[in-house]
Amino acid sequence: MNNFIAHVPVDYYILVAAALFSIGVLGVLFRRNAIIIFMCIELMLNAVNLLLTVFSTMHHDAGGQVMVFFIMAVAAAEVAVGLALLVMIYNNIRSVDINELSKLKW
Amino acid sequence: MINISWLIPVLPLLGFIIIGILNKRISVNIAGAIASAMILGSFLISCSLFFYVKEDASVPEYIKLFDWISTAGIDIPFTFLIDRLSVVMMLVITGVGFLIHVYSIGYMHHEPDHSRFFAYLNLFVFFMLLLVMGSNYIVMFAGWEGVGLCSYLLIGFWFKNTDYNNAAKKAFIMNRIGDLGFLLGVFLIYTTFGSVNYREVFSAAKGFPSGDPAIVAITLLLFVGAMGKSAQIPLYTWLPDAMAGPTPVSALIHAATMVTAGIYMIVRSNVLYTLAPFSGEIVAVVGVLTALFAATIGLKQNDIKKVLAYSTVSQLGYMFVALGVGAYDTALFHVVTHAFFKALLFLCAGSVIHAMSNEQDIRNMGGLRKHLPVTHFTFLIGTLAIAGMPPFAGFFSKDEILAKVHDHSIVMFTVLAITSALTAIYMFRLYYLTFHGDFRGSGQQKAHLHESPSVMTMPLIILAVLSAVGGFMGMPEVFGTTHLFSHYLEPLISFRHSAHHPSETFEYTLMGVSVIALIIIILMVRNYYVSKKNVPEAENEKLGTLTTVVYHKYYIDEIYAAVITKPLDKISAFSYKWIENGIIDGAVNGTGKIVNAISSTLRLVQTGNIGFYIFSMIIGIIALLALNLLF
Repeated sequence: MNNFIAHVPVDYYILVAAALFSIGVLGVLFRRNAIIIFMCIELMLNAVNLLLTVFSTMHHDAGGQVMVFFIMAVAAAEVAVGLALLVMIYNNIRSVDINELSKLKW
Repeated sequence: MINISWLIPVLPLLGFIIIGILNKRISVNIAGAIASAMILGSFLISCSLFFYVKEDASVPEYIKLFDWISTAGIDIPFTFLIDRLSVVMMLVITGVGFLIHVYSIGYMHHEPDHSRFFAYLNLFVFFMLLLVMGSNYIVMFAGWEGVGLCSYLLIGFWFKNTDYNNAAKKAFIMNRIGDLGFLLGVFLIYTTFGSVNYREVFSAAKGFPSGDPAIVAITLLLFVGAMGKSAQIPLYTWLPDAMAGPTPVSALIHAATMVTAGIYMIVRSNVLYTLAPFSGEIVAVVGVLTALFAATIGLKQNDIKKVLAYSTVSQLGYMFVALGVGAYDTALFHVVTHAFFKALLFLCAGSVIHAMSNEQDIRNMGGLRKHLPVTHFTFLIGTLAIAGMPPFAGFFSKDEILAKVHDHSIVMFTVLAITSALTAIYMFRLYYLTFHGDFRGSGQQKAHLHESPSVMTMPLIILAVLSAVGGFMGMPEVFGTTHLFSHYLEPLISFRHSAHHPSETFEYTLMGVSVIALIIIILMVRNYYVSKKNVPEAENEKLGTLTTVVYHKYYIDEIYAAVITKPLDKISAFSYKWIENGIIDGAVNGTGKIVNAISSTLRLVQTGNIGFYIFSMIIGIIALLALNLLF
């Protein structure tokens, strides 16, 4: 199994990560559902995580993987806060459509 | 005794603090008693110092209290200098000051705010003592500024009256103009001699040639300071206006002590002035002009205090002439005698005003001789002294000045002789109009006429005695006596001329002529105002052209207003309108307006649409990445 991973060229990993990241970006840009935007952000984070692990293996440096754990931990905390906010928003306006959230504009 | 001489200025300061703190909790008698006791203490210490320095002519004593300003290259200690010159001034200030304090107890009896008055008086004496006792120009400057401040406070003592406040401001501002010159002079002293201590400066100055430009500049700048403080042309107009203060203030500040600060400063710096004959010439010319100018104005004034004020200006002119011709000891001699008789005259005027229920116009007086016998008698002595009748004090000092000036320049001598005749005319005009003839005031005033209480008349009597005999300390040597005063000051004075004595015949002629002229003048004035009962024209009466000009003090105030005040007002108004409102406010408000305008446009971006925010964020990130790639 290890072998298999090692035999996949690095370029492919980068392409996959780039694809994941782009999907995340486009999702954030074009979807209006706050939960989906959230998931897209997670997608972007994980694209970065993937890249970090790949490069860490490639360079035989554990530092990159350590960083991945940090990102996961922070992302988990962020999700907890973000979802709590979303619940509150839903309770208030009965919707999670971001276009409805325009009360603070001029 | 020398060890406690620091108490001399500290006692009045203490009095100021005590009276200032207790303020209205103490009665006028207690406040006056504390204030007078403090000055009396200083006076007694000064007396003992006098005997000390009189016996021992050797080195002056320096009493260092503490290091004041001490940085790299500048070392200014807070040191008092006790020598014959400073002791003379201390005696005059505390002696005359004490009598004026005692007098004030009676004069300010009805004043509700008496404690403030006595506190200021003590503070004034403190600063004046600081001025004369300092051993360097910086301590002198501290006192110099302090007396300016106190004169402001005391002239504007009745601060509810706008005119009085204006007079106070005028005095302060005029003094400040002079102070600037003094300060520049001190700076120049420092750059030239590397020190501001008298001892170092004067010993360094001995290495300079006569007429050195730096010394001429220093002396001229210092003289500008003296012009302000001692009321010389062109900065004299504050002194007559300063009569707005209570009369004892006029006596203390504007006759006996403060205005002599300029004279003291020049006498103290006599080494420098001796090295600058050109400055001496300027000093003498300004003095002569001031003496004549003020005397002519004095001829036509109808306010008892204004006449005395102009006579002070005129007498100060005399002193400056003496300084200018290098007769420093004579100038100081006149300072002392003038302090006696001018304080006396002002206090008498105060007594008259007190009796007349605050009437100051001599046209409404007359015949007060019967009602105020003590005041009348002492005023007469003061008048004789200032007019120069032997053997009263003014005769000796004035004659000495005339004799010294005669050696220097015949023109100046002639002008001063004329001035001296004018002095006699306006002083006797004042005397006769006030004390002789019929009473011209209202019936109510007449009923109220009374001699002042003894707390006021006692100082008058003492000052009258001093005015009568004070001159004997400066008997001319032609009488075969030593000139005690000049002899006393000898170690301190550098003489420009070799000790040249005018011939005996000249001195006797001068004395004889001046006495005869004086008697003739007195008789003429008496004839005009008493026998013919002439009274100065009332306010609305038409005056001759020349009289009008003199009556309005040559319109000097109006000229100053037109030449200096009005243009300054115009410039200020212009600056306010265009620079302040236009440029500065424009810049400040403009910044705000620009920010407002930009942000009111930019805030349209704030749509509230989260999708748009995210979109612009990503565009931003891409732009940054693109920039990163490109460069």
